[in-house]
Amino acid sequence: MTFFRTLGLAAAATAGLAAMQSAQAATDKVVIGMMCDRTGPTAVTGTALCPGYHDYIALVNKNGGLPTGSGNSCEVIANEVDIEYKVPPAIDAYKGYKEQGAVLVSPFGTPMVAALVKTMEEDKMPGTSAGFGTAAAANGDKYPYMFPIAASYWSQTAAAVKFAKDAFDGDLKGKRIAYVFYDNPAGREGIPVMEHLQKKEGYELRTFGIPAPGIEAGPQVLDITRRYRADFIIAHVFGRAPAVLLKELKRAGYPMDKVIGLVWAGSEGDIAAAGGWDVAEGYNTIQFAGVGSDYPVLHEIKAMYKERGDDPPSEMDLTVYYNRGVFQAAMHVKAIGDAVKAAGTCDVTGTQVRDAMREIHDFTLGGLVPPLQMSAKDHEGGGYIRVFQVQDGKYVGVTDWYRAYRDDVLMLLEQEH
Amino acid sequence: MFHRECGYYKTSYEADQAVLPIPVAKQGIGLFAIVFLVLIPLHSMITGIEYYVSLVSLVGITVVGALGLNILLGYTGQISIGHAAFMSVGAYTAANLAVKFGLPFYITLPLGGVMAALIGIVVGFPSLRVKGLYLAIATIAAQFIIEWVINHTPAISGGVAAAIEVERPDLFGWKLDAAVELYYFVIFFAIIAIIAATNLVRSRIGRAFIAIRDQDIAAEIIGISVFRYKLYAFAISSFFAGCTGVLYTYYLGIATYEQFQIVVSIDFLAMCIIGGLGSIIGSILGAFFITLLPTVIRIVMETIGPWFMDPSDLPTVIGQLRLIFFGGLIMLFLILEPEGLNRMWLNIRNYFRVWPFSY
Repeated sequence: MTFFRTLGLAAAATAGLAAMQSAQAATDKVVIGMMCDRTGPTAVTGTALCPGYHDYIALVNKNGGLPTGSGNSCEVIANEVDIEYKVPPAIDAYKGYKEQGAVLVSPFGTPMVAALVKTMEEDKMPGTSAGFGTAAAANGDKYPYMFPIAASYWSQTAAAVKFAKDAFDGDLKGKRIAYVFYDNPAGREGIPVMEHLQKKEGYELRTFGIPAPGIEAGPQVLDITRRYRADFIIAHVFGRAPAVLLKELKRAGYPMDKVIGLVWAGSEGDIAAAGGWDVAEGYNTIQFAGVGSDYPVLHEIKAMYKERGDDPPSEMDLTVYYNRGVFQAAMHVKAIGDAVKAAGTCDVTGTQVRDAMREIHDFTLGGLVPPLQMSAKDHEGGGYIRVFQVQDGKYVGVTDWYRAYRDDVLMLLEQEH
Repeated sequence: MFHRECGYYKTSYEADQAVLPIPVAKQGIGLFAIVFLVLIPLHSMITGIEYYVSLVSLVGITVVGALGLNILLGYTGQISIGHAAFMSVGAYTAANLAVKFGLPFYITLPLGGVMAALIGIVVGFPSLRVKGLYLAIATIAAQFIIEWVINHTPAISGGVAAAIEVERPDLFGWKLDAAVELYYFVIFFAIIAIIAATNLVRSRIGRAFIAIRDQDIAAEIIGISVFRYKLYAFAISSFFAGCTGVLYTYYLGIATYEQFQIVVSIDFLAMCIIGGLGSIIGSILGAFFITLLPTVIRIVMETIGPWFMDPSDLPTVIGQLRLIFFGGLIMLFLILEPEGLNRMWLNIRNYFRVWPFSY
């Protein structure tokens, strides 16, 4: 009978949780709470990002874990919970992490970060929100325990304007720029920066919203290419919208090298969905972690698989999201590792990890990670990004890590409060 | 086996109409009260483990919404796929009142509910003309319209981020911010909701709802104003939904519309179907079931999974399993037990009522 089976499951579950808690009580381990989206609307991201995360953690453990400085070392445990881009499972997962003694929690998704940021601050639990959440979270005074680590949407938008400016030989005056966005709060976030920089650079600006669920961009593209005749397009779209937008732009015959997408608008998956690399030839994407397979750490992960006698996972080919998983894991491990070394024990607190995170400088992991400069005030680490362009069926870096209009972004951040 | 009615003679109409007519029912409720009001919070206070209280808090919030939807769906027979939107109406109303006017929760909570009820009445108007699938589509429209309005009205949403941070509930200067305090905060309102719903459906209004559900023309002929009662149903149901939104807001400390999207409406429909349409206990069981299902699947798989599969594959499998279970269970319930968990409970009860004899 289903009812009794449910009861049985519940009993087994309780026993399991108890067992899990006692197993993790040992102190030669550090626990990270890793939320993930392998199912739900953002599954495209999670299915490539999370394996990257776990592979890096496995690599760290294979290399002996985190040394405490006194001869010991700590094993890193990343407990993953698939939260399906829903808030209640995220709360549930977070409370579970707390009981497991996690020293860092990584919520996934803007609403989840919003729902947890307060609780995490009360619990003194540091967390990261690479690539989502509001730009305001970059301010360490206001959100002392949340770290965007990657460039916020504001920094990305500013960098995109700079990229456009360079494309027009340093003069944007009178140029028509279209800002295409997914019509929700995250999508609109770049608008204040666009409007602010408009006064400075003197370009024309029009914004075009793609309504949820982002599967129809035809009218917007017609508007942009035929009526407005934009000189440059900055696209802040995500979900299925990037693929649709690329396809429509191609159909309209718009030059792809005059289009730049923010961080969620340009993964291998989006390009495949848009019709392949040929469609996107010339398309520029902003990235907060290195793209491509040629990084020492990725070679090490491949070697680790080879040692085990396995093939490297197919997710490694989706380098945009896989590398972001590695990037996040590397930042988490770096902060916790520094905290462990400073404390001389695996038994560190959330605040110690937070303080270590604030001390991370120039940790580049062979080019995969931007030259972040974290500080107590700047939880964004400077807002560095790099532009990768689609060239002959792959991503090619066309700029170095850079940031733009930093003072303007910081000024807007100050005004936010 | 203890649930027997024989031997209890009622000597007054009041006794016969009591909510809990026999002593064992009262004892059962007492037992649940002890578990939920004393044992679970006590466990948390003694051990310092907040996990279980926060899990039950989430269920408690969900119970309120499931009860509300069941009044509309199960008792009045009117479908709504826009319930999550009513929750966001409640959430933003309370958040704005709390932040802009500094009002305490005991004022913002009912006002959030009332606001949702008013919107619910507006959304309920199509129900006077259309039924079934057509009404479903009309309420989906409401879901998207409300989402869009919140999304595009800074005066409601509080700015670009469309998220409003709210202080923890403050009870005459006592700030409810610990997990156990929030637990009591939620459970208190969940209990009020259960009592209110139980009494509502056995009142004149509830009987009118049931009459409309079973045959609206007949209901009209026997003198029930279908117009008025359908709107009552939408209003009451939306009031519950609005309160759910307010509870979420205080529990999380933030109101964000992204948390009340259409999948949430679907989840609540699933709660009513799996729990049992037209049943208070069913709503509660459904809320427990749907809220705890992902957690239970995850914990069970993490425990038994490593015995027969590579642990590194577990995360992928758990995610897919949950989807399979969720869809499969809804189908199984619709085919095998359309009256849901409530009917299962009744079957068990009726079996033991005459145990050890089968008749």
